[in-house]
Amino acid sequence: MSFLRRYVFSTDHKVIGIQYYLLALFAVFVGIAFSVIMRFHLSYPEAKVRLFEWLWPATASGGVMTPELYLSLMTMHGTIMVFFVLTTAPQSGFGNYFIPLQIGAEDMAFPVLNMLSFWTTLVAFLVLCAAFFVEGGAPLSGWTAYPPLSAVGSIAGPGQGLGQTLWVVSIALFCAGSLMGAINFITTILDLRVAGMSLMRMPLTVWSWFVAALISLFAFAVLIVGGVLLLLDREAGTSFFLPAGLLINDRLLPNDGGSPLLFQHLFWFFGHPEVYIVIVPGMGVVSTVLSVFSRKPVFGYKAMVIAMFSIGLLGFIVWGHHMFSSGLNPYSAIAFSVLTLAIGTPSAIKTFNWIATIWGGQLRLNVAMLWALGFVSLFVSGGITGLYLGQPALDSYFHDTYFVVGHFHLIMGVAAIFAIFAATYYWYPKVTGRYLSETIGRIHFYVTFLGVYGIFIPMHYAGLAGNPRRYADFAQYDFLKDLTVLHKFITHTAFTTAAVQLLFLFSLFWCVRRGRLAGENPWQATTLEWAHHPAAVHRGPYEYSVPGSRKDFVMQNETAS
Amino acid sequence: MLLPLCILLVTLVTAAGFVVRRWWFPPPINEYASWFDSYFNLNLAVTGVVFVLVQLALAWSIARFRNRPARHTEGNNRLEWIWTVSTLVVFVSAAAAGERLWSAFQLTASPTGALVIGVSGKQFAWNFRYTGADGKFGRTKVSLINDASGNPFGLDDSDEASKDDITSSQLHVPAGRPIELRMTSHDVLHNFFVRELRIKQDLVPGMEIPLRFRADKPGTYEIACSELCGLGHHQMRSALVVVTAEEFESWLRGKASER
Repeated sequence: MSFLRRYVFSTDHKVIGIQYYLLALFAVFVGIAFSVIMRFHLSYPEAKVRLFEWLWPATASGGVMTPELYLSLMTMHGTIMVFFVLTTAPQSGFGNYFIPLQIGAEDMAFPVLNMLSFWTTLVAFLVLCAAFFVEGGAPLSGWTAYPPLSAVGSIAGPGQGLGQTLWVVSIALFCAGSLMGAINFITTILDLRVAGMSLMRMPLTVWSWFVAALISLFAFAVLIVGGVLLLLDREAGTSFFLPAGLLINDRLLPNDGGSPLLFQHLFWFFGHPEVYIVIVPGMGVVSTVLSVFSRKPVFGYKAMVIAMFSIGLLGFIVWGHHMFSSGLNPYSAIAFSVLTLAIGTPSAIKTFNWIATIWGGQLRLNVAMLWALGFVSLFVSGGITGLYLGQPALDSYFHDTYFVVGHFHLIMGVAAIFAIFAATYYWYPKVTGRYLSETIGRIHFYVTFLGVYGIFIPMHYAGLAGNPRRYADFAQYDFLKDLTVLHKFITHTAFTTAAVQLLFLFSLFWCVRRGRLAGENPWQATTLEWAHHPAAVHRGPYEYSVPGSRKDFVMQNETAS
Repeated sequence: MLLPLCILLVTLVTAAGFVVRRWWFPPPINEYASWFDSYFNLNLAVTGVVFVLVQLALAWSIARFRNRPARHTEGNNRLEWIWTVSTLVVFVSAAAAGERLWSAFQLTASPTGALVIGVSGKQFAWNFRYTGADGKFGRTKVSLINDASGNPFGLDDSDEASKDDITSSQLHVPAGRPIELRMTSHDVLHNFFVRELRIKQDLVPGMEIPLRFRADKPGTYEIACSELCGLGHHQMRSALVVVTAEEFESWLRGKASER
């Protein structure tokens, strides 16, 4: 096989998994860079920075960032992080690499489709990045791209021209790539399991990829429709989302009959399930890592599976909580509120089960375990504020404030990132044969753990004071002046936390050749990726410390304990 | 031992912020806002206790369960039923309790005698419109909208009812009187947010959305656009000016004579 076929246009699930991971790795550093630049601007709006002028000569001339540049960075930060990092790494990256290994299959069911889905995703990313280099720059309508702002072209602002079109095309391509991936995941898990691997013997990681794939299938199918309709409104003169009488920049538009709210329904019908596509694979890996390093089975395996399915299912009927102040009939808020708070129950079940899993265990606090435990802490801290945001009356204060920014960054942003780190430390020996550095890992973990709390908890306080999000500048409002100290603190913490991520990057590449050698089953784990060509499965995935067994773990493919 | 200590630290510092309240809601200016605050505090008490207990349980089990053989268990149905049902009860009762506040805000019609004010948002300014002496809004035309000539609503003066309509870039209201805003946008989405009222509502082109409130305490409060509307979003600011009934009448008369 040529180099090109083996490592570039590969149909091997392992190579594709790594390709997805590397794409997410590149994307996450771009996303982080944007966030520290934004934080810098918020705290030092007058500063003249050569780098800004060099990067964006049109929108940062003299080195001072314009509001349109700030908003385009914000839009791209959100889009890159949600789609190309948080959806790409946990699901497509780890899923591709480990589903076949954990269910004992040779490869994914459709290897060529698998390759196609990666390359579609990569093209989507390139199209998105291209938006920075066209006239007007990147779009400024946020990752939610609400019309009319996103639908009427450059009269609504710079970046709303070609930049916004590229954004829509990129998202539509990403949807297509994700749909292909979802079909592949579902088929593989249903059809290619090794003998004896009944559904209820699958590791929770496989369940989580399966649930996330099902969610992807239904959610991205709807987003792609929203994207196509938005594209038609922009380019073909249709009026799906544009009502009559729009007067934008003193120009009267000819559109008639559309509804801006329709887009919000389509977007959030995708957008809420999307947060579960992001977090459910994280739940799977955290459950596994906690079990392995507590030397105990996952507490309530069956409840964990049921909880993931309930989250997936309920996730499709709560989207209205993003629209409490959008102008829906206020009675609908009552239904969405009850359903939204109900979804807290399976999330709480999972949290209690995680704590019960480590309770009474024999904890091995290596770095993978630290990230998994950090995940649980963040999941609680970020999840609990959902109780406020799920109630329409309370949300009518917090909607679009920094309270929401703090909430979703904790629960779907950094919690998911912590799960990615846990997975990376846990599976690195499988992929490379070596361990990641534990010393670097500990420094990286503790700074990040304190850092993310230091960034996102103060955002809740800013939200309590009513600080609106998506403001390029806080100078216009009297009440925001009081928050300067708070924002400076957030900015400095963000810089420190971002800097320490470079340690991880170094460790990740350095340890490929220099890391400590790991054996075949370095964590003494039970699932099939650590087994040697398993022919059949004879037991469940988490048989740790089984009474009467001679060692404290029994692999799934072992016949006798 | 470092991780349990870190968890303890972030838990205490987080909780301290909610107790010290250095950054907090501004003082309420009506009954609804006071009610909102006490309902929020109730939620805070419940979630605060849960937050601290769960983090402590996590920290404690990390510190405790180390160098001892693991106790094998695969679950406990009774325990799982207990925490499933109890969380469901807490969550659903929170939703039910919150509906009372929501009903007061969104599901209650304005009492008779409410002052109706038109609101329009556009990139990046607010405009408010009062009926004038006849108590009726006059006809408007999009084609007549012109900020430079002082006609942000496009009032059509060929309609008798339009002639006495008053427009303003600030929202003046009399204290203690029920207000009903009728809000729309001419271009993109905007959002009307006054912190002291604890309410927020989008302005959507093609829709007229009502927003009802009463402001009891005279003063000037900032109106902040809270739905991303373009590059000047952070500048789309106006003021809610709450004055006595007499001051309001004289302000209206002054505005009418300007017209």
